[in-house]
Amino acid sequence: MQLYSRRLLTNQAGIALSMIAMAFGLAALLWILWTLFYNGFSALSWDFFTQDTPAPGSEGGGLRNAIVGSLMIIGVTMVVSTPIGILAGIYLAEFGATSKFAATTRFVTDIMLSAPSIVVGLFVYALMVATLGGFSGWAGSVALSLIAIPVVVRTTENMLLLVPTALREAAFAVGAPRWQVSLKITLRAVQAGVVTGILLAIARVMGETAPLLFTALNNQFFSTDMSQPMGNLPVVIFQFAMSPYDNWVNLAWGGALLIALLVLGINIIARVMFRNKSSA
Amino acid sequence: MSEATTQIDLHAQQVKKFKLQDMFFHQVTLVFAAIVLAALVGILISLAIEAMPAFREFGPAFIWTNVWNVPEDQYGALSAIYGTVMTSIIALVIAVPVSFGIALFLTETCPTWLRRPLGTAIELLAGVPSIIYGIWGLFVFAPLFAEHVQPHIQALVGDTPIISGWFAGPPIGIGILTAGIVLALMVIPFVASVMRDVFETVPPQLKESAYGVGCTTWEVVTNVVLPYTRVGVIGGIMLGLGRALGETMAVTFVIGNANRIVGSLFSPGTSIASTLANEFGEAAPGLHISSLFALGLVLFVITFVVLAISQWLIKRGIAKQGN
Repeated sequence: MQLYSRRLLTNQAGIALSMIAMAFGLAALLWILWTLFYNGFSALSWDFFTQDTPAPGSEGGGLRNAIVGSLMIIGVTMVVSTPIGILAGIYLAEFGATSKFAATTRFVTDIMLSAPSIVVGLFVYALMVATLGGFSGWAGSVALSLIAIPVVVRTTENMLLLVPTALREAAFAVGAPRWQVSLKITLRAVQAGVVTGILLAIARVMGETAPLLFTALNNQFFSTDMSQPMGNLPVVIFQFAMSPYDNWVNLAWGGALLIALLVLGINIIARVMFRNKSSA
Repeated sequence: MSEATTQIDLHAQQVKKFKLQDMFFHQVTLVFAAIVLAALVGILISLAIEAMPAFREFGPAFIWTNVWNVPEDQYGALSAIYGTVMTSIIALVIAVPVSFGIALFLTETCPTWLRRPLGTAIELLAGVPSIIYGIWGLFVFAPLFAEHVQPHIQALVGDTPIISGWFAGPPIGIGILTAGIVLALMVIPFVASVMRDVFETVPPQLKESAYGVGCTTWEVVTNVVLPYTRVGVIGGIMLGLGRALGETMAVTFVIGNANRIVGSLFSPGTSIASTLANEFGEAAPGLHISSLFALGLVLFVITFVVLAISQWLIKRGIAKQGN
């Protein structure tokens, strides 16, 4: 009987600890979100979106240049990485099922998904900034693309693998060539999943700071010229948060809240969209 | 008769056209897949080229030399490697048991209707950008830690030899230990997600037979689930390690950025990624920038190896499901 009660006690302790771990994880999420709202909400005003970053020590100002810069850099990033990612994903799913090349690519893609993003920044610096004469929005987009492409590749491939082979065979049987089957049948069948992948890629690059530090750098002024250094939200948040000026720190909190809301919002939309489509 | 032949000819032409198009399509997708591979190789090569001057000057001793002196142009990676490894170890010591608890809860004890929302919450935590963790760590966690936790730890440890050295120094909030804790919060979602996924591959019959002979939930998990999923669990931990080693922003905010090695976990330090983030923008061309590239190369090689092992293990862990 003593043994039995000891086993029961161990079990209860283990279960309790696992519940505490779960509560700890949730508490961390809520705590971080709460501090973001608490500190960042007051910074979000009309000026926040319509004025440019203020000079050191001055009052007022907003993050207009950084918001526009981020949108442009991410826009170019997605225009570049969506077709590359989807086509590479098609290759892995439709053509390279068992080849060694495909296996290597798959492996490398998985590693790139978690590779340190700052190293990607170093690479693009060596590739574009040092050789083409200066920091630029283009370089920032290239760096972010290297992070976004693996996300798109993996989701596209995983989605395509879910398509029943019978669907492909039916299309082949009526004489459709392979490229039409890929683009017009299988890809269309997993549209929602691929869009989910693209959304997740946007969410992923939206908060990436490290790859932009030495590529897009930053720009205190409003600029839409992608060949020049370009303001962007993550780097501005980094610089402002580390600064001694209260106004800058305040703006950094606002920017952090904005990014967190966008990233969480996109993540949730992507999930809801995928769930609706896949259960239908 | 001749009409039929023309039709066959037309068909043959069509098939030929399709064949050509298919080959073209095949090649195009192949090229794009090759881009991903080329990127990785390109990263390695370009880092190696840029790091050459530093390695030529300092030799392999660069890796184990503890000096980082910008005015005198003397560089060694040891203090940055020490900070990177220390913060990652602290992160894993905290993250592994917590992630295990979360995965256990989500797969064994959680009511079914709660599984999905709680699992989603953990995955959302994985999506939060690292700069958010950084700014939270600097402004919210570090001050609290300095005021309410560090003095108590020091009081608790007292003058115990060796251990008191780990927690020596002024309680300023930022430092190696704080960076490790913030990192732990960052990697918990990743490790927990992998653990949950591999726990779910355990065949229900195995668990049910264990329950059937009277095992408690805890005994089922430690004696059936864990041994069965050992490989995948280690893969998940390695994934967390890879993430922690390469993380930049969350660490840069709270590690304190001091290029030295101090035994105390309360003291500021530096990691490879945070050194790069802080110094690269202002580094002068020449040895300084080359040494930073060398640091980047060291980081990339370490994380590559760790992540490669993790991918291999996770795949083996998940593949078991089929048997």
